[in-house]
Amino acid sequence: MPDLEQFRRETRAWLDANCPPDMRQPVVADEDRCWGGRKATFKSEGQRLWLERMVARGWTVPEWPQQYGGAGLSREEAGILRAEMRRRGCRSPLDSFGIWMLAPVLFKYGSEAQRHEHLPPIARGEIRWCQGYSEPNSGSDLASLATRAEDKGDHFLVNGQKIWTSYADKADWIFCLVRTDTAAPKHLGISFILFDMTTPGVATKPILLISGKSPFCETFFDNVRVPKRNLVGDVNKGWEIAKYLLAHERETVSSVGLPAGRPLGQIAADTLGSQDGVLADAGLRADIARFEIDAIAFQLALERSGDLLKAGQASPAVSSMVKFYSAELNQRRHELLMAAGGSAALEWEGERSRGGERARNWLRSKGNSIEGGTNEVQLNVIAKRILDLPDA
Amino acid sequence: MALILTEEQTMMRDSARAFLADKAPVAHLRKLRDSRDTAGFSRELWKAFAAMGFCGILVPEAQGGSGLGHVEAGIIMAEIGRNLTPSPFLSTALVGATALLRDGNAARNRELLPKLAAGDLLLTLAVDERAKHAPAATALTAERSGNGFKLSGDKCFVVDGHVADLFIVAARSAGVPGEREGVTLFLVDARAQGVAVERTVMVDAHNAARIRFDGVAVDADAVLGEVDRGWPLLEAALNVGRAALAAELAGLGEEAFGRTLSYLKARKQFGRPIGSFQALQHRAARVFVELEITQAAVLKALQTLDADFERAAAFVAVAKARAGTSATLAVQEAVQLHGGIGMTDEFDIGLFMKRARVAQELFGDHGFHADRLARLQNY
Repeated sequence: MPDLEQFRRETRAWLDANCPPDMRQPVVADEDRCWGGRKATFKSEGQRLWLERMVARGWTVPEWPQQYGGAGLSREEAGILRAEMRRRGCRSPLDSFGIWMLAPVLFKYGSEAQRHEHLPPIARGEIRWCQGYSEPNSGSDLASLATRAEDKGDHFLVNGQKIWTSYADKADWIFCLVRTDTAAPKHLGISFILFDMTTPGVATKPILLISGKSPFCETFFDNVRVPKRNLVGDVNKGWEIAKYLLAHERETVSSVGLPAGRPLGQIAADTLGSQDGVLADAGLRADIARFEIDAIAFQLALERSGDLLKAGQASPAVSSMVKFYSAELNQRRHELLMAAGGSAALEWEGERSRGGERARNWLRSKGNSIEGGTNEVQLNVIAKRILDLPDA
Repeated sequence: MALILTEEQTMMRDSARAFLADKAPVAHLRKLRDSRDTAGFSRELWKAFAAMGFCGILVPEAQGGSGLGHVEAGIIMAEIGRNLTPSPFLSTALVGATALLRDGNAARNRELLPKLAAGDLLLTLAVDERAKHAPAATALTAERSGNGFKLSGDKCFVVDGHVADLFIVAARSAGVPGEREGVTLFLVDARAQGVAVERTVMVDAHNAARIRFDGVAVDADAVLGEVDRGWPLLEAALNVGRAALAAELAGLGEEAFGRTLSYLKARKQFGRPIGSFQALQHRAARVFVELEITQAAVLKALQTLDADFERAAAFVAVAKARAGTSATLAVQEAVQLHGGIGMTDEFDIGLFMKRARVAQELFGDHGFHADRLARLQNY
């Protein structure tokens, strides 16, 4: 199609002229990502410019309609944009739970007023969102959540505690599951609400993880007043939204799971050395090759599940499968990186280890099989929804 | 190319599935095994394969074949895997035919390919000489003699070796074992002077043989490919065989898993189906995930053989390795989850375990292909 070819040419020219050189370097550390928000700090002028320029074109959310801050691109055009960005190594201008998680919910369940209020600031990277799901006593059994939202006429009064709230201390708003009916069966008394993190009564406390980092918080709500207009969908129908979003979350978690780039064996050769082009450690070499076989096969399986979806033959619990296997693979990958790195990979501080980067990433990967639904929960879903095995 | 079957391929799969389930279900293998059939396969079934266009699946229509691709060949292999059907399909229609087709000797192919497609000619590759697959280690000697060569040495694990009319023999015409250079392929008549064939009865009741070549004289025109440079042709034939075995293992694994799943739902202990126990549900779910991922790897290897044959090696290695491990997992879990009945000869599930073991060993096991991939990725 000539139109698409012209779009490709224009896109190439624009990216070449507008993507700053340091935004074409691979993402190495967390700070290399831009999350936007009121408290945003930019690591470089290039990072700030890149966001500003992409926002101006609506290309932080290329497929969204223009009235919500997108560019209204067709699927084919957005595909071309992504491919051309990939080809140039362009970083994502904006990482955002608003884009990945809340927006799909608002498009499906939100009111027009809610879409108009919230989507444009998300697209522009002005408001950063966090997700209030898990609670201290509601992990895998999420529907047992106890954070209360009492109906006070024109507003809800929210009391309770969330945990594992990603970047709550850096977020501006939260989308949150709350209990609005304590008498109903647990799945039927939950609602999905939105509120500003600066509302009086909201407090956050970062959790120090085994990696030494704090991407998650405890979040406390003490008599937080939330206007009724911030209820998404119907009252007590929040579980349906939660399930829809969990499926999305699994895919998001998976899509960041496996980094492309150099084969693991070549990275290992940096420390272990090789003889006649063969990695010096035969045992580790075999383990690495086994990992690469499974990683390549998994990438192909992702490609295939996309093709099946397009052909209308999608498997019902494919997101659980993807979530489960990508977590296993990523953990294997980090174990192998640690083995390849030997004692050098164990250094926790200092320049040589870039602040213990490899060890910290290894420890971080242990969360892959816990967050967004544990691997055991994914296996439950596969057993029930695909294999149709009977309930206990 | 989308990583799914086209409409035509899906139709072909459905017809192959119906045909094999009808003509050659697991009971067919069992009957051949229990009667100690001397051929080890049914010539009647092979004629039916020819009528279906299976024997000449890769052979161009002009030479009496079906002119189809590797994806279609894999579709048939997967159904063979589901039914544990013994036949010369792998040795003759895929590996043997590939060697002839890619050698491309027009006069020879005019004579042989129509016979092959009609089901009247069986041929097989004789490559392994030791217990583990190692084609570069080929040591069987090809000594120049007059206008041709004399072959001396031993081959083993030759699929359908005791029923084949012709052997494609990998021989060392130069260099030393371990080198790829110096390997030559020869087309050798099974009845030639100096050939001694011993059928080896295998654990899976499929055909294999040990073959001794004792100064077997062949003409120069028996060479397939180039003298001393037979490696690319050998690799081509092997890669088609490996991808085909991956497809067989994928089909076999799915069938073994399907039978296991049915058993989990039907078998009751402690007053409820054993499939309601979470410990078993998780094991079943893991097997399912492994098999699903393998499906994608196998289809990719087959599609790449069709679209870009020379660049298929890495995908073939991934597919053969994955299919071997996931089918192995599926049959091991199948026997365990069936409990005592899975250990009985009368019950079919053990036959799946036996065939999986052989198919994953043939033309390189998981370790062999992991090493291949590591070399292809430069480490």
